[in-house]
Amino acid sequence: MTARRFDEVAVGDELPPLSVTVGRADLVRYAGASGDFNPIHWNERFAREVGLPDVIAHGMLTMALGGRLVTSWAGDPGAVAEYGVRFTHPLVVPDGGPGALLELSGKVAALLDGNTVRVDITASCDGRKVLGRATAVVRLA
Amino acid sequence: MALDQSFVGRSYPPSVVYEVGREKIREFAEAIGDDDPVYLHPAAARAAGHPDVIAPPTFAIVVTMHAQGALLHDPELGLDYSKVVHREQSFQHHRPITAGDRLVSTVYVDGIRSAAGNDILDTRSEVATEDGEPVVTARATLVARGTAARSTAARGTAERGTA
Repeated sequence: MTARRFDEVAVGDELPPLSVTVGRADLVRYAGASGDFNPIHWNERFAREVGLPDVIAHGMLTMALGGRLVTSWAGDPGAVAEYGVRFTHPLVVPDGGPGALLELSGKVAALLDGNTVRVDITASCDGRKVLGRATAVVRLA
Repeated sequence: MALDQSFVGRSYPPSVVYEVGREKIREFAEAIGDDDPVYLHPAAARAAGHPDVIAPPTFAIVVTMHAQGALLHDPELGLDYSKVVHREQSFQHHRPITAGDRLVSTVYVDGIRSAAGNDILDTRSEVATEDGEPVVTARATLVARGTAARSTAARGTAERGTA
């Protein structure tokens, strides 16, 4: 992949959107890979007992998928200097069916010093934002 | 019971070394559905200027989660972990985490406050190589729901956190 060049980027540029279907098996796989075995991410009974509508995705998985949107646009995953999010709503992942459809988009919000840019990311499911204040600072070529 | 404010500024001794493995990076990349060759193939990573395969930007959570345990389960702090939700997370990468790195994390308590009956804890993990080279600064805001004394005025402005 070719690293994106700073001088080819302008404020307002939109990143290619990314849609990801997140199912229960994806949560189990992420639990194993990350080491986060909190049962709210795989046990429906437990999730309901603590007041959730159903099993929810790891916030960190949603954040990682937002990271994918940025790294695939930047062309170099090592270019992400800063990345932060607020977890505003849970991504509810029902049993059966394909799972939850997470829709990610982003745009260039500011050009910064040192060939870096700030990208603002939107992540939503059924029209509701699951991440807030999601921004990344990316160092371009 | 509200958390003890005197914990602000406290740090915990550096964690045991976490050695970053190529296959762990591959497993993590696959779990987030990302097949970027710099995560999977050393030759592709070297062609992109890295000494070995690098990790996705959020991989640092795997490293810091171990170190955070010392804080989260500190009986003196008394955090009820069963009520904790993750509200905010950020990473500041000083350089990419790379296979072969031997990392240690030091956890700091940057802030403790209460709002709407919830305890809110700001933590920072400084991740460095065992030789002291800074790699990532990870900040997490955790909310313990309903554990602080609730004031009448605060009622109705529920704090949110979902992860």
